[in-house]
Amino acid sequence: MEQNKTMEQKPIIEIKGLKKRYRLGVINNKTLKADWQSFWAKRMGKPDPNVKIGQERLQGQTLMALNGVDLKIMPGEAVGIIGINGAGKSTMLKLLSRVTAPTEGEIILRGKITSMLEVGTGFNPELTGRENIYMNGTILGMTRSEIDEKMDEIIEFSEVREFIDTPVKRYSSGMYVKLAFSVAAHLDSDIMIMDEVLAVGDVNFQKKCLSRMSIASTTEGRTILYVSHNMSTIRQICTRCIVMKEGKIIYDGDVEEAIRIYSEESFKFELRQELEIPETIPANQCGVLTSFEILDRDNLIFDANEKLKVRFGMKIIRPVENISCVVTLLYAGVNIVGSFMSKYMHFDEATNTGYFDMEMDLSNLAQGKYFCDLRLVEPSAGRFIMHEEKLKLFGFEVSENKKRNDFNWDFGKWGYNMLTVENINYHKGN
Amino acid sequence: MAKNKEIVIRPPAGEIEFNIKEVWEYKDLLRELVMKNFRLIYKQTVLGPIWLIFNPIITSVVFTFVFGNFAGLETDGLPHFLFYMSGNTLWNFFANCINTNANTFRANAGVYGKVYFPRLTIPISHIISGFINFLMQFVSLLVFFFIYKFTGTELHIAPRMLLLPVIMLHTILLALAVGLVLSCLTYKYRDFVFIINLGMQLWMYITPVVYSMSNTGGWMHKVLLLNPMTPIVHNFRYALLGRGGCMIGSWAISIAFTAVALIIGIIAFNRSARNFVDTV
Repeated sequence: MEQNKTMEQKPIIEIKGLKKRYRLGVINNKTLKADWQSFWAKRMGKPDPNVKIGQERLQGQTLMALNGVDLKIMPGEAVGIIGINGAGKSTMLKLLSRVTAPTEGEIILRGKITSMLEVGTGFNPELTGRENIYMNGTILGMTRSEIDEKMDEIIEFSEVREFIDTPVKRYSSGMYVKLAFSVAAHLDSDIMIMDEVLAVGDVNFQKKCLSRMSIASTTEGRTILYVSHNMSTIRQICTRCIVMKEGKIIYDGDVEEAIRIYSEESFKFELRQELEIPETIPANQCGVLTSFEILDRDNLIFDANEKLKVRFGMKIIRPVENISCVVTLLYAGVNIVGSFMSKYMHFDEATNTGYFDMEMDLSNLAQGKYFCDLRLVEPSAGRFIMHEEKLKLFGFEVSENKKRNDFNWDFGKWGYNMLTVENINYHKGN
Repeated sequence: MAKNKEIVIRPPAGEIEFNIKEVWEYKDLLRELVMKNFRLIYKQTVLGPIWLIFNPIITSVVFTFVFGNFAGLETDGLPHFLFYMSGNTLWNFFANCINTNANTFRANAGVYGKVYFPRLTIPISHIISGFINFLMQFVSLLVFFFIYKFTGTELHIAPRMLLLPVIMLHTILLALAVGLVLSCLTYKYRDFVFIINLGMQLWMYITPVVYSMSNTGGWMHKVLLLNPMTPIVHNFRYALLGRGGCMIGSWAISIAFTAVALIIGIIAFNRSARNFVDTV
């Protein structure tokens, strides 16, 4: 009993100085002939015929996908892992789930671990749903009797009871994923590792998955490690969040703070930028965007009552009568907040190069960092023709605005758009 | 609290991994894999497993005509058909196991890249399903044995038949060993897929499948004795049909070869399994 107690206090996952190195570029050529050619060319001092142009610089280079990670996770914690692509999140999960081995360092796991790097691993289209449950379950480490015990629960959760004895190749993709998730969700393990698997099924099923995960961590006391780019699911499931960058943990703690750091880390904002002009402009476009410049400013932190003025440089190749500029705002780079839509402009061919200025009112925006997509659209019989599209072209930050609210804005519940209320009054009586 | 046992993940320090015990812990997975292999072969076929039994019978009929009647090869005084079928059944089991297992990494890249389980379970499952198929064919071979016996051919049931399970086990281990070694080659170079296919066909002709060892002589005979499959097929036929005598010396060499190849195979396979995810 005494021993059990000390066991409880030990972290369930302990990572010490974990590193993972990958070799970049060509590892081998996949056929003997090509490898022989490369070998022979090297001996004769000729260039390797199997190296693609521009790839030379990757030869022999290595990348530290994880560069010294230390982490302790206690039983029952639900930990989110966020970071931009290539920060090392997936590598870490792969190492934890023992799919690949570390280069340096050590991981100690004190419990049964199941990883859902992908749902439906080992699913075979020819087998029936029930047969696949056994197949998938045993691959994930369950025994047959454990599966038998849970079979009814799994089928119930998957919502595909009437098709359970049909080969899964006849399933719709939604049914397939539902079944696959159900197996994974009913694993009897102490640690669950998930890599964005919740982005499956219809909205209702997603909700069901999320609540299943929350139950697993809160009432069943399981430990959850969850990687996602979807901040709202991180908020829903996780009690602690880690931000990764270039193979290291740069923040570990509160979820909201982690999301804030992540959104700051992932974007580098510019005041002005000259864009590369393509040599040939696609025929369906009237021209291309050549530059942008935030006017009248030396920083990008705006007060909500300030206006954002941007000058867009254009190169025009043919005239357009009616064209509108749409600027879409993205909070934390992923959540679309809304769009500014300009009145129609007229582009004149004779000018060849030119610019237009756009002024945007930021008073409805909650505090935080925003990214902007730019699109130039021309109306055409109820639809529109896209003339130019630049994703995440520029960004800005709205500073805290105590004039509007003296409390923290709850992004998770209230969104990013602070709509204006004109009048509000309380009246006594009916 | 067996559940709380610690798992320590460290970088591979070149240690030799021999995780047979872990495979046993995943025996339910092994069972599912075997059942899957079996189900998949005969899904959407009308005759189902009957094909399995037809296969060696039909090739043996063809062999009887080609090698027995036209080429007139000596079969130790045994009925041609029974002679060819006994060699064929065992050889096919061996060759199929190797052809399937040589492709383990390529065919299972998706699963290996996503979930951890002892990698050896997949090749072992192939061997087990191959062996189940073989047993069904073996039963049909026994049926022919009794048909010939009761229609006047001189065949006896004798204690030498106790060698059969031993020989089968030897075939299993050799097939596993060779398959594992080859799988480490195919994952790096696709060339080996073709080489192996061709090689297995050629290997059959240096094994006494379509001829008897008593047909061979001189240096050829000595070279053939070095082929680890030669004593297996020869002794299998001896144990079942009672002709040709038991090869002792050559079999001993073959057993030693199998043991060494199996150890190398498992080590090489586990090592490749570790590197494979990062390179393919």
